[in-house]
Amino acid sequence: MAILQLEEITMEFGGLRALDVVDIEVKEQQIFGIIGPNGAGKTTLFNIITGIYLPTGGKVIFKDRLLNKMHAWDVARQGIGRTFQNIRLFNKLSVLDNVRVGSHGVSRSGFFGSILGLPGSRREEKTIMEKAEQLLDLVGLGDKKLEYAENLAYGEQRRLEIARAMALNPSLLLLDEPAAGMNSTEKMGLMDLIWRIRNEMQLTIILVEHDMNLVMNICEQIAVLDYGRKIADGPPEVVKNDERVIQSYLGAEA
Amino acid sequence: MDALISQYIDPYYLRILMLIGINIILALGLNLITGVTGQLSMGHAGFMSIGAYTSAIFSMQMGSPFFLSLLAGAMVAAFFGFLIGIPTLRLEGDYLAMVTIGFAEIIRVFFLNFEPGGKAVGLSGIPQNTTFVLVWTLVIIVIILNAKLLNSRIGRAFYAIRENEIAAEASGINSTRLKVLAFTAGSFLAGLGGGLYAHYMYFIRPQDFAFMKSIELLNMVVLGGMGSIPGTVLGSVILTLLPEMLRVVAEYRLMFYGALLVILMIFRPNGLLGDVRVYDLKKKLQGKKVGLWQSSN
Repeated sequence: MAILQLEEITMEFGGLRALDVVDIEVKEQQIFGIIGPNGAGKTTLFNIITGIYLPTGGKVIFKDRLLNKMHAWDVARQGIGRTFQNIRLFNKLSVLDNVRVGSHGVSRSGFFGSILGLPGSRREEKTIMEKAEQLLDLVGLGDKKLEYAENLAYGEQRRLEIARAMALNPSLLLLDEPAAGMNSTEKMGLMDLIWRIRNEMQLTIILVEHDMNLVMNICEQIAVLDYGRKIADGPPEVVKNDERVIQSYLGAEA
Repeated sequence: MDALISQYIDPYYLRILMLIGINIILALGLNLITGVTGQLSMGHAGFMSIGAYTSAIFSMQMGSPFFLSLLAGAMVAAFFGFLIGIPTLRLEGDYLAMVTIGFAEIIRVFFLNFEPGGKAVGLSGIPQNTTFVLVWTLVIIVIILNAKLLNSRIGRAFYAIRENEIAAEASGINSTRLKVLAFTAGSFLAGLGGGLYAHYMYFIRPQDFAFMKSIELLNMVVLGGMGSIPGTVLGSVILTLLPEMLRVVAEYRLMFYGALLVILMIFRPNGLLGDVRVYDLKKKLQGKKVGLWQSSN
């Protein structure tokens, strides 16, 4: 069953067509990869799904619900968590607080509940805390809880972003270049983490990535974008041997 | 209690202590808006004046009990904070600062022409109900509630908006709504401080709440450390005391005041307590212990 459907998505910035009638369907609990050269429109696609951009044309349907005109925070509350290509952490907050903020969309204590310390809000705080600690253990940052996020190493920051996105209890997780700047050991760890998240928490994951090794190993379905157009879509073996894909990555044969 | 205090404390010092308390309440309000949520507001004195005038008029012309006047002042200020917050908080940084300056000026000019507020002459004969015990009780309550707020889901969302608004929204935070909330809560405290001020000074006029007052309050937050409650309290204490201590240099007072601000910001760019946490202090201590142990080996 499809959890996310993108129908004829078009995005224009002024005269530039960043996405040109793109159709993508992601099935539940799939690990779906989006690849393509720089500037192909991959991150734009993520920004459209998460409500940062309003597409010029087309529909974004998540669990049979139209997301097009929703605000980013509302999209998040529908159960879509994401990470960012250029890491966006809350630098001057502790690692733990970063993940606790992630729970905002799925908790509801209000202003007065908070300042008066009402029982409902205290109970919720406890759940948020337990969840955050669990997630930090999952991504291997359990012993850095009280560090400032900005003091973490690059790879750790990427894992913290994943933990923060997971705190939203998402059913769909979008990872924007999760392996960027990681060494090969860290990449192995990351692959393992993505696998575990999907299997243990029954999540659907879409990832944009340049590391072909990682993409081919981990994704069950891959879409290839080039200059805003989808040029291929299928399982890794098929995409790997697709002529147009090879052309756009390696250049046409003379 | 108050009688006892005024017996033992010199009136001059008592006055400074009162002003420190009132400034702490005002600055903690601004800290919520600017320090915690990161929305640069340079019109805090405007909201303070709304609280001051409202409560003074309540007390003088309607003869309402003091607590009711204070509450009315704070509520009306909060209401205006809410009203002004909705359109302006779409703006960011410098633009928001400009607009808040503009609003504070509008409010000041309004009171300059406001008949029941005595126009440019101001209001005098406000009952002197603000007492030392009341001010400091309120300071303690405000600090406790502030600390609870900042430690909660809502408080963390405020910080998240300051740190990265896009990531905050991706976590399900409705940033517009929360910014208006922070602005309203901050204006409430401004109004409360204004009411206390009016009922302490006995006499208020529009120029008491001019641009320089907003800047003074902003300095307290920035000097103490943006977003830090102990920092803001310390900033308020220092910047209330400083002009008094600089009385010895007479006319050069403002020059020294400015120079000290510059020097402090050079050495502590994040404010005095802006980046001080118990956790880091502990780690430093532990680090020192390890160092000693190694050198003895």
